[in-house]
Amino acid sequence: MNHHTYEYRKFVLAGIALIVVLSYIARLAYLQLSDGEYKTRADNNAFFNNIIFPSRGVIYDRNGKLLVYNQPAYDIMVVMREVTNLDTLDFCNTIGITQQQFDERMLAIKDKNKNPGYSTYTQQLFMAQMPLSEFSVFQEKMFRFHGFYVRERTIRRYATNHCAHILGDVAEVSKQEVDNSDYYAPGDYIGKQGVERSYETELRGVKGVEVLLRDARGRIQGHYKNGELDRKPVPGKNLTLSIDAKVQALGERLMEGKMGAIVAIEPKTGEILCMVSSPSYDPHRMEGKQRSTQMLEMQRDPMKPMINRAISGTYPPGSTFKTSQGLTFLQEGIIDSTTAYSCSHGFRFRGMKVGCHGHGSPLPLIPAIATSCNGYFCWGLYHMLSNRSKYKTIQEAMTTWKDYMVSMGFGYKLGVDLPGEARGMIPNADYYDRRLGRWNPLGVISIAIGQGEVTLTPLQIANLGATIANRGYYITPHIVKAVEGGEIADSLTKKHYTKVDKRYYEMVAKGMRKAVLGGTCRSANSSQYAVCGKTGTAQNRGKDHSAFMGFAPMDDPQIAVAVYVENGGFGATYGVPIGALIMEQYIKGELSKASEAKAAMFQARHIDYGTRER
Amino acid sequence: MTEQNTSSKGIFLSIDWITILLYIILIVWGWFSVCGACYDFNNPDLFSWETNSGKQIVWGGTSLVLAAVIMLIERRLFDSAAYVIYAAMMLLLLVTIVIAPETKGSRSWLPITESVKIQPAEFAKFAVALALGKWMDRYGFNIKKSKDIGVAIALIFFPMLLIVAQKETGSALVYFAFFLMLYREGMTGSLLFTGFACVVYFVVGLKFQNDFITYMPVSIGEFTVLLLAMTFTISMVWIYCHDLLTVNILATICYGSTVIALLFSLFAIPFDVCYVMLGACILMILVIILMAFYRHIYKYALIALFAILSTSLYYMSSKVIAHMADHQRTRIEVLLGITDDPRGAGYNVNQAKIAIGSGGLWGKGFLNGTQTKLKYVPEQHTDFIFCTVGEEEGFVGAAGVLIVYLLFIWRLIVMAERQIDTMSRVYGYSVLCIFLFHLFINVGMVLGLTPVIGIPLPFFSYGGSSLWGFTLLLFIFLRLDAERNLKQK
Repeated sequence: MNHHTYEYRKFVLAGIALIVVLSYIARLAYLQLSDGEYKTRADNNAFFNNIIFPSRGVIYDRNGKLLVYNQPAYDIMVVMREVTNLDTLDFCNTIGITQQQFDERMLAIKDKNKNPGYSTYTQQLFMAQMPLSEFSVFQEKMFRFHGFYVRERTIRRYATNHCAHILGDVAEVSKQEVDNSDYYAPGDYIGKQGVERSYETELRGVKGVEVLLRDARGRIQGHYKNGELDRKPVPGKNLTLSIDAKVQALGERLMEGKMGAIVAIEPKTGEILCMVSSPSYDPHRMEGKQRSTQMLEMQRDPMKPMINRAISGTYPPGSTFKTSQGLTFLQEGIIDSTTAYSCSHGFRFRGMKVGCHGHGSPLPLIPAIATSCNGYFCWGLYHMLSNRSKYKTIQEAMTTWKDYMVSMGFGYKLGVDLPGEARGMIPNADYYDRRLGRWNPLGVISIAIGQGEVTLTPLQIANLGATIANRGYYITPHIVKAVEGGEIADSLTKKHYTKVDKRYYEMVAKGMRKAVLGGTCRSANSSQYAVCGKTGTAQNRGKDHSAFMGFAPMDDPQIAVAVYVENGGFGATYGVPIGALIMEQYIKGELSKASEAKAAMFQARHIDYGTRER
Repeated sequence: MTEQNTSSKGIFLSIDWITILLYIILIVWGWFSVCGACYDFNNPDLFSWETNSGKQIVWGGTSLVLAAVIMLIERRLFDSAAYVIYAAMMLLLLVTIVIAPETKGSRSWLPITESVKIQPAEFAKFAVALALGKWMDRYGFNIKKSKDIGVAIALIFFPMLLIVAQKETGSALVYFAFFLMLYREGMTGSLLFTGFACVVYFVVGLKFQNDFITYMPVSIGEFTVLLLAMTFTISMVWIYCHDLLTVNILATICYGSTVIALLFSLFAIPFDVCYVMLGACILMILVIILMAFYRHIYKYALIALFAILSTSLYYMSSKVIAHMADHQRTRIEVLLGITDDPRGAGYNVNQAKIAIGSGGLWGKGFLNGTQTKLKYVPEQHTDFIFCTVGEEEGFVGAAGVLIVYLLFIWRLIVMAERQIDTMSRVYGYSVLCIFLFHLFINVGMVLGLTPVIGIPLPFFSYGGSSLWGFTLLLFIFLRLDAERNLKQK
């Protein structure tokens, strides 16, 4: 057999080699020259972005008293793949959980629905925020628990028992918050309420990152490109609130056992000096791990302590609103300083009756404010709405009225730097057209005395006081005085002038002064500074609400305050004395002995609200 | 001038320097790849003895020395000592089974010193190639004689068995490469084809077993295998028996019934067409057996055997797979791409694909491959070394390596064909078939195309034994080739 017979077979072999190499090159082209999918997967494999959390900014009151700070806490992390020979009993005892809790937690980590980012190779959160005391025990034994690691975090701690609504709290981001932002990752913390939420961006700072190389076993092998792509974290900015912690503490004391709110504003700057919402709660309840159970408990409470009534509660302003009416009528020329209306125990006209208490009649504006005459302001509004020589229609008159109210900061959010502000209610012509069809001034007359459809937030009432104190303008009330290394928003420092001239404000201020000297607010009088005030007694379905709005001193106002006590009865019962104490505390820096006794008395006076759902 | 002078000068001139150049290119390229694959973050010195890249320099250097030594040995020695070398090597393989400590589940590594171990299986190939060459160069050797081919096949299978006994199945499979050489030397192609057909049946049948033709309860895998079995068998009758009548009868039976069954299933009642096809196949086998008895031509009997094997292999293999242990079945299913299991059995292949795919056109650059440097690909410096090439040098580098290999194999074919005596030619073809087999399986598995069989990529994979083994294999051939002219004189 001659081998040459089969020489052609060298081509078969060469052909096989050629086909193999060509098909492999084609395969390489398919893998390497198509899309970037494999590149991404390789990067996901190799790069470990180690997030470095910046420290969150701390919060002070206006006098530099620390309110909120950070404390280190320790998250226990687990890498499932590395957990071997775990003495479960010892482990559970060390961190203080039961065997059952351990099993449940491990199952929850492995559940891809609850924990979408699960991998047996990477650190998973086993237990969040272990306090230092427990951690030190754990740390000693950690070498025995293979696969368990520690991640240092900080938890928010409160240096005060007050200001819960203002300060708010932080908690883990929700899934929705992660989806709506490209900053947050699951497990991050975010401000949920109060200034923690409204100043989240300033407080949190910016996360840093180290791009590390991670090998197949999850071990870190160094910085990628020698740290070229690493970013240092930017620490959060510290906040100084405009709140005076002492005034706030007094306010919360005085409101114990009552529902309602106190808001005090520095008129010159719009800075909120105190903002009490009652019932309140101790901010310590929001610290650390216990937050979710505490939250649940408070959400179930029929008194709804979580609501910040100072900005979210909308109430009929009652007689405090009369000041705004007087201002409007003066500016529109409906009345002047001498215009007097009669009041025979109220407003009586064509079968319409709005009651009033006994006082001299007829009377002009200043004593009308001092005595809180219902008849006067009902007549004023009646004359305004039925003045066909000035306004072609009642609608036009109503629209004019509404514009005055809006210019005073009613009917819309003031824009305070806190979440959850309500806008209150100022009816307009359109509203009555829809609701009443054909209507006349008598049908809506109760808005003149702050009843009916009109509602304001306590913040808006306090802002009315600040506007009168400033004689015609206000600065958007705000709670943050300064951001360290930053600025507060322009919108919080701008003056807003109302549609009423300064001279008319002067008259209303005189009326309010007269109310303190010889009218409804006599108990607010002080021998040391001139107080101006206006009571409010707002009718509602239950017992009347007790309200007060005032400022002091009259000629150089340092504080404007609004007090609103639900079902407190007459304005003079709770509103006036509480308002007076707040003013004294702020202006004098302390309470006199007599005032202190008065404060203790009011602290002890509770109102029975029953248990009905509110 | 003495005769000695002439011969050594002649040898120097007739050495095939092109092959040596390709060899050096591959070894140096391989070293750079090993550097990437073995990069140690704690010890970034590429030349340190502590690192694999440092050791590979030593293995490369000693390989060159080994090559030089081989070039000094005269052909006479290989010629006369071929069987002795074979016997000695078999003995070594046998001893290895007994004395080698178990390493990663196999007993194939002999410890020389603390850190140096050798794998005799890597050196046995050249001994088998030499023995085969010597046997087939024997006066009166005829590959068609069953005794002659029988001994040759025994020479191949004996070391295979020993290596399987060392639990190095992958290395044992390499010896199938010798059948490609036997084919070149005149072994009937039908045997090679039967082997090829079996692999196709197995792979296609299992891969598409659970895919169905649209609107019909017909497994695509089963249907394809039966259709191929018919086609292959009928083609064999045509090619080997030149019996057109039988071919026509068989084609009518098989294709006719299949087409009718398909149409019936499509337009009347859908049913499993494969039953009809299976019946047609059985009829076909009976006809061929009848022809064997009727015409007394043994070829018919062989074709009938092929047909029976073809028809039954699909059913046997699916039965076997169904009864396999879970992990073995998973391995086979992952191999065939039936199931995707990136964390388990498919991990290596998946990570290898990621490594290569992430390289792009130009690669990430020397020592910049994250997949390989961070050890995401297991065995990346040995069996999966091609990943490093793909990741760090990209498509250009990986395709480049394949082309250099193609040139290398082409050069070996040219050299083998120019041998005058059978021994050198047989040896040459053995060498090139072994290289081709390694290239085919190793690169194929890294690319996810062939089963994961743990054999190295010659000159690239880290390791002294394999580098020395391949150097030995190649340079004995270079030495034999260098003397081709001397013998002529």
